[in-house]
Amino acid sequence: MTDTPLHLAVALDGAGWHPAAWRAAGARPGELLSAAYWAGLVAEAERGLLDYVTFEDALGLQSAALHRPDDRTDQVRGSLDAVLLAAHLAPLTTRIGLVPTTNVTHTEPFHVGTGIATLDHASAGRAGWRPQISSRAADAGHFGRRATPQLTDDDLTGPESIAARLSPLFAEGAEVVEAVRRLWDSWEDDAEIRDVATGRFLDRDKVHHIDFRGTHFSVKGPSITPRSPQGAPPVVSLAHASVPYRFAALSSDVVHLTPHDRAGTSEVLAEVGAAVESTGRDVRERPLLRFADLLVLLDEEPGAAGRRRARLDESAGTGLASDAAIFTGTPGDLADLLLDWRDAGLDGFRLRPAVLPHDLTAITRGLVPELQRRGAFRTAYGATTLRGHLGLARPAGRYASTG
Amino acid sequence: MRQIHLAAQLPGIHNVTVWSDPRSESQIAIDSFVRLARTVERGKFDFFFLAEGLRLREHKGQVYDLDIAGRPENLTVLSALAAVTTHLGLAATVNATYNEPYEVARRFATLDHLSGGRAAWNVVTSHDAFTGENFRRGGFLTEADRYSRAAEFLSVARVLWDSWAADDLRADAASGVFARAGAGRFAHRGRHFDIAGRFTTPPGPQGHPVIIQSGESDAGREFAASEAEVVFSKHNRLDAARDFYRDVKRRLATYGRSPDDLLILPTANAVVADTDAEAAAYADEIARDLVSPQTAIAHLEAVWGRDLSAYDPDGPLPGVEPQDDAHFLKGHSVFRRDRAATARQWRGLAAERGLSIRELVIEVGGRPTFVGSPRTVADAIDHFVQTEGADGFVLVPHLTPGGLDDVVDRVVPLLQEKGSFRADYTGTTLRNHLRPHSGTTRRAVNEQKASPA
Repeated sequence: MTDTPLHLAVALDGAGWHPAAWRAAGARPGELLSAAYWAGLVAEAERGLLDYVTFEDALGLQSAALHRPDDRTDQVRGSLDAVLLAAHLAPLTTRIGLVPTTNVTHTEPFHVGTGIATLDHASAGRAGWRPQISSRAADAGHFGRRATPQLTDDDLTGPESIAARLSPLFAEGAEVVEAVRRLWDSWEDDAEIRDVATGRFLDRDKVHHIDFRGTHFSVKGPSITPRSPQGAPPVVSLAHASVPYRFAALSSDVVHLTPHDRAGTSEVLAEVGAAVESTGRDVRERPLLRFADLLVLLDEEPGAAGRRRARLDESAGTGLASDAAIFTGTPGDLADLLLDWRDAGLDGFRLRPAVLPHDLTAITRGLVPELQRRGAFRTAYGATTLRGHLGLARPAGRYASTG
Repeated sequence: MRQIHLAAQLPGIHNVTVWSDPRSESQIAIDSFVRLARTVERGKFDFFFLAEGLRLREHKGQVYDLDIAGRPENLTVLSALAAVTTHLGLAATVNATYNEPYEVARRFATLDHLSGGRAAWNVVTSHDAFTGENFRRGGFLTEADRYSRAAEFLSVARVLWDSWAADDLRADAASGVFARAGAGRFAHRGRHFDIAGRFTTPPGPQGHPVIIQSGESDAGREFAASEAEVVFSKHNRLDAARDFYRDVKRRLATYGRSPDDLLILPTANAVVADTDAEAAAYADEIARDLVSPQTAIAHLEAVWGRDLSAYDPDGPLPGVEPQDDAHFLKGHSVFRRDRAATARQWRGLAAERGLSIRELVIEVGGRPTFVGSPRTVADAIDHFVQTEGADGFVLVPHLTPGGLDDVVDRVVPLLQEKGSFRADYTGTTLRNHLRPHSGTTRRAVNEQKASPA
């Protein structure tokens, strides 16, 4: 029995994270916009007792380039709104956390706040939220209200230069998260009183204006949506550089990191730790879980995953590349790697299946039993909420009346 | 025989819901929405409708506490309901003032995909700074700009839904082509919106979701006649309803549309009991429950624009004159009218009938549209539709979530017996429920011309 069980999440996106995944055997490329496709994937993830699934999203069409649209026709294009997709899957599942991505550069914080709170109501406490900034300036043209920083080809040489260019959007994103958190708290848990004697449905002293005034926008509040089952659904963010580490330190409950080996894991965790310290966050009060992202190709038979990857690369016409480390091998070998990296101080992992449903099923039916045998993963869900899976306590609202 | 169309709204909020009744359950728990949606799907209703909330109402500078309040983001709930229903249409109000077309278009396209073609959008615009305080966009629109923004917003949404042609998504593994080059490309330049780029979401089964409109003004009626497939109306008294019905249907020809292309559905409520007398008594009880002594004073304050908390709700109307102070019941559209005229009218009514403050507020609050035994209510609904007062109704229950059980279990079977309401769904999309003899998909006219017949 190892000391701390791992947390495991899976990132769902299109046909999988390999650009040629949609052409793989068993792929269902014509059904990527159908409810049944996603219902099947999430049911499989829940069968594997995973903490949560994330859903990618963006306010622009997919592109192979981080910084601008492309005209490729050989990759998956077209997507659904992730919050609505997650809500649709809520009644079809009972335990797994549902974490949609939303944009925080162009959307209204009020709509995002009520949408995620509603997802939490609809899933009885299984909602999470991944706020994401717009990395493509072209997305701003879809709204016509503002310009956002344009990443240059030079910027793309490293995560620090990317994040530096986009740092104003990270700062604004942190304001959005703050405004949304205030909206989530704006109704105290016991605001609804239904007091027939006085004719009052609400105790209005327990429903609060948030009066958020940021550099970029203001929101009066309160929310229209009563406080949700988790109080505050967990906020997760992806971070590759110092600016997003700081964003996570300010705003997130879980941060997804992209180390490429064990030594790199220690380095990244030290940087995140420094960011946390610089913000003055007390992680005993407000824990920040640290996950590593890995793109995975898994087959039980040694060598099979490598051969599959070669075939996919051939379809794609280029080798697989990713911001995250790529693991190609057996579930047993992946279990070894996860436990090794975990010992550097990680709390869990978010795995990006290269091909759906193949690599998802390999996670739930290969990797998970392997980790369970080693005492490193749950054998049944012990909680009903996402906070419960993550070991995060339900927070008191910031406006909650004292004494 | 003219066919009746029925929709249901879970109001959740405001003073149509009796929250003090022991049978009244949560207005926010997903189970309440699931229960009502499944009930009305069992009753073969056309669709389930949720309005939107953008700001809690306030009274005298504080959150208004007397009515049921607190509701979800409506499209999120409808996406969940799509998973537990199979035929029921799913309609949401989404404001054109505090949103942008790109996001709204992709959210409705998403709901249409998730529901297999059951999405509908009630296009509205607001124009108050009070609501704007919750939004980046802030501000407000002048009355004149409301319909021009709404019209342009909808036309941009249609551009976005049409930006993917039917065969743009190939997903052809053999040839390696997933999507046609340029799929989703769009550009629009207008007075309110100047946008261009690539749209994310190929159209759902309906192409464009069903469009609903709910304006009363001349501009609103014209907008409905040109663009909408359903219009919500407040006219649930037969004479006024017929006038509205004739007027709106008459406008359709201008746009090359036939009367069946736009369904007029007044909002209505039904109080059903074993006998007419029992139903009448229950309707009285509901009216009293909806207007508590505290509610009566608050509504009077909203009209008078001044603090009247010292007055006895069971006593006569105040002698003081109204003043123009919008501090009272902010966010409640009902009270945006001429205060002095309303006060005069209310005083006259109270004097004529000898009504106390509370009795008067109950009186002016109006009565349920349909009150009676199942037979009485079925006959009244059928008569209303057969005599061209409406094409059907949006029924708003007084109780959440069981308030339409009686209509579904006791009234609908009688309408089915008459042959004026469907015995079962004949299609799977909302557009098919609304217009069974027309196609499911709406696409832009230019695209229809462009594609081979």
